[in-house]
Amino acid sequence: MPRGRAAGAAVRPRPAAPGRDVIGWLLLLPAAVLLVTFTHYPILETIRASLFSTPRATRPAVFVGLDNYRLMLEDPVFWQVLRNNVVFALGTIPASVAIALVMAVWVNERLPGRALVRTAYFTPTVLPMVAAANIWLFFYTPQLGLLDQVRALFGGASHNWLGDPSTVMGCLIVMTIWKEAGFFMIFYLAALQQLPPDLREAAALEGAGRWYFFRRITLPLLMPVTLFVLVNATINSLKLVDQLFVLTKGGPDNASSLLLYYIFEVAFAFNDSSYAATLTVVLLGILGLLAVSQFVYLDRRVHYR
Amino acid sequence: MSRSKLGGILLAVLLAAVATGPVRGADAAVELTMYYPVAVGGPVTKIVDGMIADFEKAHPDISVTAVYAGNYDDTRTKALAALKAGQPVQLSVLFSIDLFELIDQDAIVPFDDLVPEADRAWFTGFYPALMENSRYQGKTWGIPFQRSTIVMYYNKDAFKEAGLDPNRPPATWAELADAARKLTKRDAAGNVTRWGVMIPSTGYAYWMFQALAKQNGEVLMNEDGNRTYFDKPGVVEALEFWRDLSAKHGVMQPGTVEWGTLPKQFLEGKTAIMWHTTGNLTPIRRDARFDFGVAMLPGNTGRGSPTGGGNFYIFKRTSPEERKAAYTFVRWMTAPEQAARWSIATGYMGTSKAAYQTPALSGYVKEFPPAAVARDQLEYATAEFAVHENARVKKLLDDAIQAVLTGAKTPKAALAEAQAGAERVLRRYR
Repeated sequence: MPRGRAAGAAVRPRPAAPGRDVIGWLLLLPAAVLLVTFTHYPILETIRASLFSTPRATRPAVFVGLDNYRLMLEDPVFWQVLRNNVVFALGTIPASVAIALVMAVWVNERLPGRALVRTAYFTPTVLPMVAAANIWLFFYTPQLGLLDQVRALFGGASHNWLGDPSTVMGCLIVMTIWKEAGFFMIFYLAALQQLPPDLREAAALEGAGRWYFFRRITLPLLMPVTLFVLVNATINSLKLVDQLFVLTKGGPDNASSLLLYYIFEVAFAFNDSSYAATLTVVLLGILGLLAVSQFVYLDRRVHYR
Repeated sequence: MSRSKLGGILLAVLLAAVATGPVRGADAAVELTMYYPVAVGGPVTKIVDGMIADFEKAHPDISVTAVYAGNYDDTRTKALAALKAGQPVQLSVLFSIDLFELIDQDAIVPFDDLVPEADRAWFTGFYPALMENSRYQGKTWGIPFQRSTIVMYYNKDAFKEAGLDPNRPPATWAELADAARKLTKRDAAGNVTRWGVMIPSTGYAYWMFQALAKQNGEVLMNEDGNRTYFDKPGVVEALEFWRDLSAKHGVMQPGTVEWGTLPKQFLEGKTAIMWHTTGNLTPIRRDARFDFGVAMLPGNTGRGSPTGGGNFYIFKRTSPEERKAAYTFVRWMTAPEQAARWSIATGYMGTSKAAYQTPALSGYVKEFPPAAVARDQLEYATAEFAVHENARVKKLLDDAIQAVLTGAKTPKAALAEAQAGAERVLRRYR
């Protein structure tokens, strides 16, 4: 940004006519109004609300400074949902991106029934999350569920998948990967089909093996897509909580609760809007930090053609 | 199931459209809008509409629009939001345990303001246990409408197979543990193929726990809703018993038991006994491929179960005419004949003794005796858990119960922690 401005200052052209500025601003106006109304103003309002107490019928909101934040730091559930969210992100992001890439390479090959396989991989993405979660609820049901029935074939005992704090997060992660990988696959597939075939021919002439070609040519060329997918996967790991409403409601004992789900609970079950605002500010901060670091750090390593 | 849900949604959209439309009666009839939740299966919206049509026939000067608004929590959120936005809504059916929240938000009026002195006997016509969640500071704020309780469903075929008398369900904790031990079936490898008993611990863990505590002679909160008793020895003992069903006796699935899938596990014969709401009686009756029984919950020092479900409330932002019309409507909807009709159609219990004396309901109970278990259990019933900032305090208790059932904490430590948390919240309401 500073570089751009320096360069701009050196060769700054005089505006051709004052009317052009006005037209430019007018063109920006509709989008700007929508963004300010529905994004920027609510963010500021959230920050403001987090500094006040929750208004009740008998006690109006009063300024409490950073009290809500102090409360948050002392709230064990907050720390637990934050930890859970880190585990959830580490569990879902690398796996779903890697699986998406493998699936894309696989269905990009000439193989019989290719359209069918592509459709099959993409189906989980099309299903609404709540519907999918209802299906998985019965997969995970002890004794009756698909998982336990398969285990029973091999003489395994039934396991209470969602009722055991040590397995419940794994269950959520697996379901989320299943849901997301197909979506990311589509982006990889589109990118793979854009790769010029002459690269492959040239590499073949030079005697490069398939693995070498994939590692040194395909993968670097896919980096812009990988960045896009990574950003999306990261945002989703903080944003996707629909499945919790159906599968676990955050239980047992908050073992599967995530930050956004906790915000929902505080806001709409506890009716504590100012504490919910405080938690939302934290979520916004995390998202902002991630976005900046991803674009600044990863952008340098991404090879754009 | 999904089709009826879809139908419900469509209906709700239609009703909402009607409700917001500029319909003004030319004859200056009083118009009422009511929100109500649906928490069980079956064509509830159709039943409500049928009753309202009959009411309007009997009272041409009052027209009522009923808006289906989702589950209990959705309905409360929507009704309060509508009030805040100045939308006309004069009364609603909301969770009985929302009482304190509604009073704290200054949203409702007590029925005492509307009922003439001479007519107050109306309040005492309802079962006293159902009125416990309606009273606050000597006034009556809610009128019981769709009310339920916890009962014990058991598989009679499994009882016979285990050598137990299918007509003598366990009546005490000791008998329950003993019967469940006989009912638990293992295969050659020692894996359980059928559990003896399951008590659900997700969603409504606090509700089930209230039953266990009451059976041990304890209640969990005071009538003013500003004090909890989670750490009393009798309460700790109740949680120990719940935990021991899996930890010591090995007759209940370890970990938490999912509320939503439990009826399926019971229907598939994966558990011989389950505790669940009476609201599920009709679906179980429809889907069970074995002979099943319904019984009162067993007891330790005595029997006990909390009540649950929805009450009528009248909102404060109403004109005197609207309040009077709303009162007339509530009175009509909860009269014995209507309560009987509602109970038969849905599976909810009749809310007054007079309802069970109507020919319709007394005939129904004779034909299908399990329908009377919930009523008979009312004698031992206690109010559903309701305090100020209910959702927050309830969650402290739910978390404690789940921590114990998953082996993370001891009952004593978990309940002491929940009690300390509840104290922090409730202190300012004393």
